[in-house]
Amino acid sequence: MKRLIITGALVLTAVAAAGFVLTRAAPLDADRFDSIDGDASRGETVFIASGCASCHAAPDAEGDGKRVLAGGQRFDTDFGTFAAPNISPDREAGIGDWTVTEFASAVTRGVSPEGRHYFPAFPYTSYVHMTDQDVADLWAFWQTLPADATANAAHELAFPFNIRRAIGLWKQIYMPDGFVLSQPETPEVERGRYLVEALAHCGECHTARSALGGMQRSSWLEGADNPSGRGKIPSLVPDDLDWSATDIAYYLESGFTPEYDSAGGHMVAVIENFAQLPKSDRQAVAAYLKALP
Amino acid sequence: MKIFITSAVAAATLFTGSLAYAQDDFSGQLKARQGQFRIMAINLGILGDMAKGETEYNAVAAQAAADTLVAVSMIQQAPMWPEGSDEMSIDGTRAQTTIWEQTDDFQSKWADFGSAAEAMQASAASGQDALGPLMGQVGGACKACHDDHRAPAD
Repeated sequence: MKRLIITGALVLTAVAAAGFVLTRAAPLDADRFDSIDGDASRGETVFIASGCASCHAAPDAEGDGKRVLAGGQRFDTDFGTFAAPNISPDREAGIGDWTVTEFASAVTRGVSPEGRHYFPAFPYTSYVHMTDQDVADLWAFWQTLPADATANAAHELAFPFNIRRAIGLWKQIYMPDGFVLSQPETPEVERGRYLVEALAHCGECHTARSALGGMQRSSWLEGADNPSGRGKIPSLVPDDLDWSATDIAYYLESGFTPEYDSAGGHMVAVIENFAQLPKSDRQAVAAYLKALP
Repeated sequence: MKIFITSAVAAATLFTGSLAYAQDDFSGQLKARQGQFRIMAINLGILGDMAKGETEYNAVAAQAAADTLVAVSMIQQAPMWPEGSDEMSIDGTRAQTTIWEQTDDFQSKWADFGSAAEAMQASAASGQDALGPLMGQVGGACKACHDDHRAPAD
């Protein structure tokens, strides 16, 4: 009996330890960015391509106001309502007192400076592919942005989705090891892959999600239900999207489909960003989409 | 007898009332407003294909298309957007209730299309290079309104 109790205790301890390890929030090494200098002007391109302002600007921000990352937009999902936080360089209300490594841990691993998991409404399962240089450039650009003192609104999530520790397990399942398109055949396709799979995080909306809310990478970019509950987000794979590469690039520049209907919904923000990128980047996205199986 | 007449009148009122309701599917208004968007798309296609380089630039054709966009922008909109012709009330439209809740915003976005069309009209004949930015301006006006006032496609 005593033996059974000891064995039981050992098993429980092992399970707890394994659970602890599996669910902990692991930041990046503190010295990882010591020898990387960030370039703010390059960082602006990363900022635009990554669509940071599309979610973190205030709900009705227009024009230059979209560079004020005060937060406050709300996102309704099956798991509850997420409120985008203030990520402006304000030292109190925003993230102005972070180090570059803390910023990188947040963006690419979904780990806060306090060692907590962020909810994956923050698309770190895509940003995980971001290069260290791009993260450093982005952080350098961040220092040029205006600070804002707006306080964060709370997320409204139901149990059990509000248990942050459980996100550690979720990450074990859904943080990708590598890119979906493993062998880009040209540098252009490789650039397109980086834009689509990492920075512009297209898969977050255009790929269907599992019951646990992770991207089903086996049906990559094949379309999904709109998380708002209304309408479908279209498939981008060649079997479904028969637009020419020119049409795709032009859509990302102007918002016009080949039939000259125009974009609506969240794609409006996406196109606003893509229109500011070099033409070669829009063409790279088109080349990548054409290269998908 | 009096009761009968009253009832008959009430029934007749109800009946004609429901008849009137049945006719209010706003099909004429829907055809008109969707038709004007179709005219816009066809003429934007002429300009956009030239901007993309898919068809050869032709100043006369570009000017005619731009003139048509301006003509559409001058069609008075109010009669085509009666109260109750939104996507929650009837089929066949993606017009969101916000059009009637934020009428000023809707009208100002329609006016922005007019400004973009006039800019296109002023410069469409001046060369292929000019078309790209002009299309961007028109596209911006389309997107701004669709973003707020058009429901997602099914």
